[in-house]
This record gives sequence, structure tokens and C-alpha cells, in this order.
Amino acid sequence: MIKKSASEMASALSAGEITSVELTQAHLDQIANVDGDVHAFLHVDVDGAIAQARAVDEKRKSGEKVAPLAGVPLALKDVLVQKGIPTTCGSKMLEGWRPPYDSTVVTRLKENGIVILGKTNMDEFAMGSSTENSAYGPTHNPWDLSRIPGGSGGGSSAALAAFEAPLAIGTDTGGSIRQPAAVTGTVGVKPTYGGVSRYGLVAFSSSLDQAGPCARTVLDAAYLHEAIGGYDRMDSTSINEPVPAVVAAAKDGNVKGMKIGVIKELQGDGYQPGVLKLFNQSLEILASLGAEIVEVSCKYFDYALAAYYLIAPSECSSNLARFDAMRYGIRVGEGSAEEVMNATRQVGFGREVKRRIILGTYALSSGYYDAYYGSAQKVRTLISRDFENAFTKADVLVSPTAPTTAFKIGEKANDPIAMYLNDIATIPTNLAGIGGMSVPSGLAEEDGLPAGFQIMAPAMKDDRMYKVGSALEAALLTKWGRPILESAPALGAK
Amino acid sequence: MDSERGRPNPKVIRVKCEALGKVTFMSNISRDDVANLAKLARIDLSEDDLSHLSNELAVILEAVARVQEVAGADVPPTSHPLPLKNVFREDQVRPSLTPDEALSGAPAQEEQRFKVPQILGEE
Repeated sequence: MIKKSASEMASALSAGEITSVELTQAHLDQIANVDGDVHAFLHVDVDGAIAQARAVDEKRKSGEKVAPLAGVPLALKDVLVQKGIPTTCGSKMLEGWRPPYDSTVVTRLKENGIVILGKTNMDEFAMGSSTENSAYGPTHNPWDLSRIPGGSGGGSSAALAAFEAPLAIGTDTGGSIRQPAAVTGTVGVKPTYGGVSRYGLVAFSSSLDQAGPCARTVLDAAYLHEAIGGYDRMDSTSINEPVPAVVAAAKDGNVKGMKIGVIKELQGDGYQPGVLKLFNQSLEILASLGAEIVEVSCKYFDYALAAYYLIAPSECSSNLARFDAMRYGIRVGEGSAEEVMNATRQVGFGREVKRRIILGTYALSSGYYDAYYGSAQKVRTLISRDFENAFTKADVLVSPTAPTTAFKIGEKANDPIAMYLNDIATIPTNLAGIGGMSVPSGLAEEDGLPAGFQIMAPAMKDDRMYKVGSALEAALLTKWGRPILESAPALGAK
Repeated sequence: MDSERGRPNPKVIRVKCEALGKVTFMSNISRDDVANLAKLARIDLSEDDLSHLSNELAVILEAVARVQEVAGADVPPTSHPLPLKNVFREDQVRPSLTPDEALSGAPAQEEQRFKVPQILGEE
């Protein structure tokens, strides 16, 4: 049962073939069996999960109407707060902290009867592309345990690929949902900025951060998207409009007559040949299904990475000022408040977080503000214009999600710029605030590891991504004869 | 599974980095600069951290400085993807955290308040 999709599990639950307690226990058993190798979870809430499952079973038994995903388990990225459950953001700074409230995402998961199994590992405060920056050790890619599962949401993507959970929540500031999905053969969606509430999401870069669904199928992601999405008065940047009809779009999956724009700047040098080959095969499939493939140029995308690595650190240097050793988190050292603060932040933050705080402090400092942060904000305008122009020629835009398949743990740890290049294709959507999705495109011929196909849509047209993603997924399933994760090596039970 | 060919080509990555790093605004960042930034950011840094970071920041700043190539005076800045304006409303009393809940994560507390180290000097 744990290898089924979330939708199939939901059907089995509503047909009475299995209870949520049984389904939840099966996933807890899988976690016990494989997570020693994978390390997707930082905290597993065994008792809480069983209690949530029991509550759903009782509701169902009493004939009460339940939500589509009620009783299905989920893994939650450790950057979203859940009342009473340890939330660390992968940082020593918050070791032992138990939040006194639920994030809106968690509130909605609970309202939908979705069972939260525990909190997943991540790069510290979501800064990274490999989950190696976690203060609690790296997560291992279930396809090859010596490789990274992507980042920052590597715990969530690995949990899906290792069948520890059929659903997960991620957050995406520069690609942290999509790139992990790409390198683990799973599906990840960054909704339109403002589409899912940020209330209770520990802020890294507030104008870029976006929570979203992670799953093993496009339809499962759509159900989860509708469960967590929509207006929230607790988030001043929440969009007060209905959630796009993403479930209907995923079920439809008809791309006939759709215009699909291939972004010229997001391929070529720096992209692994096998990844590009899979991307082109996917395009051929979509064309054979009746979509029209056009080429578009977004010439300012070459500047996106540079703009991102000024804007995100600038916002992070401001957001992370809240970790001051006074109200929550660890406190280290003695002396004045300032001395305690300085000592706590030295011990509490890891190297990448310090690097970005210092970089952001520099970019915002007087004398450099215009040259760095100010210029980056202008590039942001140019990138949004590039998207606007491109969307006059195409309904959706596409690219490979990440330039390569999963690399070895440690391989890029000492080269920040090589690490930052992982996000070269995902960052532009965050800067423009539009939606992006990654669906598996196959296994690269060089290394047999999964790659992702990225679909981007205009703001609040998220349904278009689901339509295209679902069409591609169905065609590839027919071609392969089985889901991509069936090709992954078996884990556990040595 | 473990083929060397599967890895990103280091030469291509280097070319990309050089393209990223086309310098238009030479940034020299010294150990003392980093020490000052760390002071502003309230982080104690070891000597080792300082020398590491000044080297890394110089490389990163060179790479990101290329935003200036296209940031003309005629381009308006974007600070946020949504056109937001402040919304005002009447105050409403709603349930909120109790003092105990709000203080539950505090490193130290006293009389329903956050207890903090001394902020002002003696005199």
C-alpha cells in the first residue's frame, strides 16, 4: 500500500479497504525501516500521527463527510511551525524549540484530516541546494545514498522517493521544492507567490518564499495544493482569489492546441547532456499530444542568479535578525545583551547562513546599496518583463528543472558558486512571483539518475502547469510501463 | 550508476562562473571589512571564519556585481512580486497566545516577561 499514490490511498480509505491508523502505521514502519539510511526526518511524531489517524477513522465511521485526502499521511518540512512539535529549520539556533501555534498550512492540513507524520530535514533556514547545510547531518538520496536529495527541501523529496510518505510540504525560495523533486524522481510545485499562506513559515526571504505541495504524482500534488492554498488574513501577501482549479486541470491533462514556450537561455552550456536529451524527448511527447512548441528568448535570465544572490541574502540578513537569544531559541554566553547575542549567533548559525547574512549586510550597507541591492531590484523588473513578453507567445514556459542529476554528497560543499548554479533554471520564477512545477522526465543515460522537466505559468494560472504536467506524466507512464520510482533500488531490510 | 560522466563538467561550470563574474565594479573586501559587517550583524566570528569569509565574499561579490551591467537609470526597481498597498482596518479583539504560550520558548523569563541580559551600561 505504501507504494500507491495518495489518491489511490484515499480511495482505499473511503472504500473501507484500509483504515488511516493502518495506513499511518505502515508508513511509520517504513520510516523505522529505512530512515536510518535516508535521514529524511528530523522528528517523527509517532503518537500524534496515530492520534490524528484515529480521529479521521472515527469521523469516517460515524458517517461524517471528510475531505478528499483525509487519513492520508504527509511529511512536513521543518520550516513550518506545528504547535508543540519541535521545529528547528535545520538549525542549532532553534534546537529544542516547540512552537506555541500552528502555521496556516498546518491548520489546513489538520482541517483536511491529513495525518502529519513528522518534520523533514532541510538546509539550515532553507539556504542551500543539497540539504548538506542542515545542522543535523545530510539527507541521502534514495536513488543512491552517496548522493544529495536536492535542497533545501531534501528531506521532503527523499521521504517521498523512499515511500516514507505519499505527500509532503516544501517551501521554494529559489527552487527548494522543484530541484529536490527533479533529482529524486518526484513531483514538486511552487505555486504563484501569495497562493499559499506564509503565516507560520519561518522567513528566509519574504518576497520569494512560497510553500507548496510535493508528491509522487501530479494529481496528488493538485489535491494537496487545493487543501493548503487560498486566501489567509494572517498573511498580508496572500492573494484574495479562489485557488486555481488544479485538480480539474490534472484530471483533464489535455494539451491539444496549447502553446509551450521553450526558453532559449535555460539550456546549453552547463546542462548535463543526458538531462537535455530527456528534456527534448519530453517536448517531442508534448508535441505528439497536440501541443505547439515555440522558442522564446528571455535575455535577462542570464542575470537572474546574480540578482537572486543579492536579494535573498539581503532579505535574509534582515529576517534572521529575529534570532537574538532573547525570546526563543538557544542562548549562549554571558555578559551584556549584545555580547550574548553575538555569541549565540556565532554558535547557532552554520557557515552558509553566516555567509549570506554577511553578504546581505554588505549589499544593504550605505555606499553599496544602489550598486548591489538597488541594481538587483532593477534586474528583477527586467526578468518580470521577460516573462510577460514570453507569455504573449506561449501559454506555459518550459526548461529542465536543474542542470544536472544528483551530485555526490560533499562534491560542491566548498564551492558556493558551483552550488548556487543548481538553481539557475528555477530562480527566475521566484523573482517574478509566478508558479513553477517539476515533473520527472526520466533517467539520464550517463548515470541512470532522475531528471526533472520544469513547467512555468503566469501568476494565478497554476492550473496550466498541472494540465501539462499531467499530460507528460501519463505519456511517460505508458512509455515506461511503470512509475519512475519503481526503478529505484530497494532500501532497508538488509 | 556511479559514472564519472554523470557529473557536471567542471570546465563548463568554470566558463559559467567566468561569465557570471564579469567584473564591472571591483570589490575588494578585506578581513577588517568582514569584521565590521559581522559586528553590524551581531555575529562573533573566529579568525578562521574571518579569513574564509573575506575570500569567499570577494568571489561572490565579483560574480553578483554584474547586475550593474543592465541596471539602467530608466529601469524601475521591483521590491516585491505583488503590487501591494497597506490595508487599514478597525482593531478587532481576537484570540491570541496566552502569556505562558508566548513565553514558552524563552531562554529565561520572570514575572510573565522575557528576562534578558543587561542592555545598558552601569552609569
